Amino acid sequence: MSKRFSVVGHSLPKIDAWAKVTGETKYADDLVLPRMAYGKLLRSPHPHARIVRIDTTRAVALPGVYAVITGRDLPRVKFGILPVSQDEEALCTDKVRMVGDAVAAVAAVDEETAERATELIDVEYAPLPALMSIEEALSHPDVRIHEYGDGPNVHKAVSLQFGDVDAAFAASDLVREDVFFFEGNTHLPLEQHAAVAQWGPDGKLTLWSSTQTPHYVHRLLGKILDMPQAHIRVIAAPVGGGFGGKLDPFAHEIAACKLSQVTGRPVKIALTREEVFYVHRGRHPVLMWVKTGFRKDGAITGMHFRTWLDGGAYGSYGVASTFYTGALQTVTYKIPVYKFEGARVFTNKPPCGPKRGHGTPQPRFAMECQLDKAAEQLGLDPADMRRRNLAEPFTKTANHLTVTTIGLGECIDRVVEASGWRRKWKALPRGKGIGIACSSYLTGAGTAIYWNDMPHSGVVVRADRSGGVSVLCGATDIGQGSDSVLAYLVAEVLGIEPKDIRVHVADTDLTPVDLGSYSSRVTLMAGNAAIQAAERLRAKIFEAVATKLEVEPTSLVARNRRVFVADDEDRGMSFQDAVVLGESRHGVLAFPGSYAPPKRTGKYKGGGVGPSPCYSYSACVVEVDVDEQTGEVKPTEVWIAHDVGRALNPLLVEGQVEGSVYMGLGEVLMEEQVFRKGVHKIPSLLEYKSPTTLETPEIHTILVETEDPDGPFGAKEAGQGPLLPVIPAVANAVWDAVGVRVDEIPITPDKVLKGLELQRQGKAARVGPERLPLFAFPTPRPVESAFGQPAEDIAVRPFAS
Amino acid sequence: MRLALTVNGETRELITPVHKTLLEVLREDLFLTGTKHGCELGECGTCTVLVDGEPVVSCLALPAECQGRRIETVEGMAESGRLHPLQQAFAELGAAQCGYCTPGILLTAKALLAERAVPTREEIRQALAGNLCRCTGYTKILDAVELAALRMRGGSVGAGAGPRPEGASS
Repeated sequence: MSKRFSVVGHSLPKIDAWAKVTGETKYADDLVLPRMAYGKLLRSPHPHARIVRIDTTRAVALPGVYAVITGRDLPRVKFGILPVSQDEEALCTDKVRMVGDAVAAVAAVDEETAERATELIDVEYAPLPALMSIEEALSHPDVRIHEYGDGPNVHKAVSLQFGDVDAAFAASDLVREDVFFFEGNTHLPLEQHAAVAQWGPDGKLTLWSSTQTPHYVHRLLGKILDMPQAHIRVIAAPVGGGFGGKLDPFAHEIAACKLSQVTGRPVKIALTREEVFYVHRGRHPVLMWVKTGFRKDGAITGMHFRTWLDGGAYGSYGVASTFYTGALQTVTYKIPVYKFEGARVFTNKPPCGPKRGHGTPQPRFAMECQLDKAAEQLGLDPADMRRRNLAEPFTKTANHLTVTTIGLGECIDRVVEASGWRRKWKALPRGKGIGIACSSYLTGAGTAIYWNDMPHSGVVVRADRSGGVSVLCGATDIGQGSDSVLAYLVAEVLGIEPKDIRVHVADTDLTPVDLGSYSSRVTLMAGNAAIQAAERLRAKIFEAVATKLEVEPTSLVARNRRVFVADDEDRGMSFQDAVVLGESRHGVLAFPGSYAPPKRTGKYKGGGVGPSPCYSYSACVVEVDVDEQTGEVKPTEVWIAHDVGRALNPLLVEGQVEGSVYMGLGEVLMEEQVFRKGVHKIPSLLEYKSPTTLETPEIHTILVETEDPDGPFGAKEAGQGPLLPVIPAVANAVWDAVGVRVDEIPITPDKVLKGLELQRQGKAARVGPERLPLFAFPTPRPVESAFGQPAEDIAVRPFAS
Repeated sequence: MRLALTVNGETRELITPVHKTLLEVLREDLFLTGTKHGCELGECGTCTVLVDGEPVVSCLALPAECQGRRIETVEGMAESGRLHPLQQAFAELGAAQCGYCTPGILLTAKALLAERAVPTREEIRQALAGNLCRCTGYTKILDAVELAALRMRGGSVGAGAGPRPEGASS
C-alpha cells in the first residue's frame, strides 16, 4: 500500500458492517408504519392468454379487505426501463404474456387476508398458443406476443460490421466455426423484493423499495402513475442482494403506490420466493455461433459472432443485452476486424434482463472455449496464446471502443505462476484437469439508459462547525460497499477518518441523482463526484486556514484530522477548527461534485452500448475433478487475478472477486432457469441449485493495479468482471480432465456422461447445440474498423472542472 | 393463542394467531427484524435462530413448541453493547456484504463454536452448509469464523485485515 494515502488502499471494515452484524440494518420488508396495510398480487396461471373478464366483487366483500385494483384503475400507459421498449403494464389489462404476470392487487389488514382475497378474484382467460423457445417463437409468426419489434416475435435484430471479416478469414491459417448455448439463470438474491408506499394527505407519494436504481424508479413512476415526478420521493432501502435483479420498476412497487392512494394507508407488498423466480430479469439464454480466423501463432485475424437471445415476455433491458452479447469481445485481445449479428426473441417466459456481467458472460464463454480449441489445434499453450495477443493499452478496438489501462498480461502471468499451470496443464492424471480463461468488463456504462447531458452521478459533501462531514449521494449500496467507498474517498481528501463521515444515500428528495447500482459504475462515477465535491470543500477550508496562518493555501495538507503546513504538522490546527474558520469565512460549507463519463460513443447505431471510462481485466485458472462414473464436475481450486486499477479497499475488492467466482461456479455447473409449459420447474431455493459452502472451493485472489487515469485514485470495477472468466475456465478444465467438450452451460453431470459415452464410441466427444434457427439478420451498414487507432485524450469529460 | 417466549433472556407474553411461525412471531409480534426470511420453506437457512443453543430454521418452527426454551436471535448476540467475537470478526473481515444472510450464519456459527472450540475449516464448511450466501463466495465467512474461534480461546490475532483501533467500536 502506498504511503501517499491514509485511507485508500487499507483493508478497513465497511462503514455499515456494524449494523449488518447486529441485525440493525433495516431492509424494505423490515419497515412497519402505523395503519399499514399489506398487499398481494394476483398473477396469471397462463403463459399466454387474453383476459376476457376480471370480477373483483367477491374479493372486495371479504372482511379485512381495504381495496382491490386492476389495470383499469391505473393510467392506461405502457412502460419499460428502456425508452425503446415501452411494453409493460403493472397489472395486465387485455392480455397476459407469461405465468406470473400480475392482473390484480389487493390491500388488506394482513397478508393472509390479502392472499385469500386474491383467490376470490374471478378472472376469465382465453388461452393463446404459448411460445417457449427461440425456435418456436421464430417459426410461429402467426402467434404474436407483442405487436412491435423488428419482426414477428423479434424484439430486436442488429447487425454491425467493422472491416472485412471474410477477407480476414481467407488469409487465415485456421478458421473455426463453433456453436454454443448458455442456458438462462437467475440472480437469486436472498432478500425477496419488497416495497412500502405511502401516499400522503398532501397528495405526495413516498416509496421505500429494495431497488438498485431509485432514480429510474422515480423517473418511471411519474409516467406510470401520471403524476408530477416532483411529487414523488423514492428511497432505496439497503438492498439484500441485487446482482441486476432489482433494476426494473416492478408491478408490486406500482401496485403498492396505487393501493396506498385508494386506501389512504401505507401499503407494503413483499414478494414470496416463488414470485422472485418469476419476476426474474436474469441471465438470457443465448445461442451463439462464432467464426474466428487465426494465424499459426494464435493471433486472431478476424471474428464473426452471432447471438440469438431468448428474451422472455417483455423488453426490459433486452435491447442493451442484445448489443452487449456483441460489444466486449474486442477489448481483451487484438481483433482487427469484427462482425456481430444479434437477435432477441420474445417468448412466453419471465423476461430476462441484466444479471452480473449483463449480456457478456455468454459470449465470453463461447469465445474463450473457442480460443482453447484453436490453441489445441495449433499446438499452442492456451495461456501463452492469450498472453501474446493482448489488446494494446490506450487504443481503440475494431468496434470503436476506447481501452485505456490493461493489466491482463500481469493477470495471466500471476495466475499461471500461482496455479502451477506449467507443470499441470496436460499433465494431470485423467479425471483431473486445469483450464484458463480471461475477460474484461465495463467500469460503468458510458451512456445513461435515456439520452441526456446531465451528470451520471452527483454528490454533495457538507461540513459544519461540529467537525462532522456528511456525504449525500443517490447511489445505492447493494452489499458491494458503495457507501463505504464514498466515505473512504472523502476521508482521504479531507484528511479525516471514515468514521467521522456520515453517508446518506438513495433518497430522491435529499440526494443528488446517481443512476443506480448497475454496470459496475458506482465506485468510478460516484467516487469521482465525491472526490470533486470533497476537493471543493477542502479548497475553501484551506483558503480560510491559509489566511489565518498567513501562508499560501497550496502549502497546506489535510491529514490525521488536522490541517497543517506540509512538513510541519505543528503549524496548523484540528480539522474541526479548520472547518470553523471555513464556515466563518464562507458561510455554509456544502459543495457539489458531478461526474459524467467521457463522450466516446461510437458513431454508428448501437455505438452507445459498450463504451466505458475504462475496463477491468481478469484471468482465471480453475482445477477440477471429473467423476467419470457420475459425470459430476467438482472445482477443487480457483486462482483469479483481477486488474482493479487500484484497490481502494483490498478487503472489499477481494470480497467482490470471491463472490463473482462463486456465482460463476454456480452458473457453469448447476444454475438454470427452466420451464415446463410456462411454469417454472424449480422455483425454490432447494431445487434451484446454487453452491453452498461444500461446493465452493478455496479461491485464491490476486489483485493487480494499473492506476487508470479515469478512475478515482486509479480504481476500476471489481463487482462483475471476475465472474466472466470462471465459466469458460471450468469448461476448458473439463476438457483437460477427460477430453470432453461441453459447449453448453450449465455443465451438468448428464452432459458430461453423454460426452464420455461419445468418446467411448470413438465419436467427437462434444456435447452442445446441434443446429441454429433459420433467421435472416438485417444487412449491416459496414463501418471502418477503428482497430489500433490511438485513444483520444482521456481527460476530456463534462463537469471535470 | 397466548404464548410466553423467552427470547434473548427476556420472557415476553403475547397473543398471536395459531398459524404463525416462530419467524413471523419474532419479526411481526416482537419486532425483532434482525431475523430475516429467504424462502419460508426451510431451504436457505437465512431465518436461523438458536433454540436451547441449537440452530433452528424459524420459518418451520412453531412458537408453541418453543415455550419454556431459550430462543436467541441476532439481537441477543452482543452483550451489554459489546459485540460477540463472531460479529466483530464478520465486520472486520468483510464477511457481511449485503448482510441479509448474516444473522442466520452468525447464529449457526455460534452453535458450532459452542460445540467445537477449534473447528477445522472443513468442519466450518459442514456446519454452514445449510446457510446460503449469494454475495461472498463464503471465503470471508470461513475466515471470520476461524478468526473468532481463535480470539475466543484467547489466541493471538494474526489476521491481516484487523481494524485500526477506532474502527472497532460501532
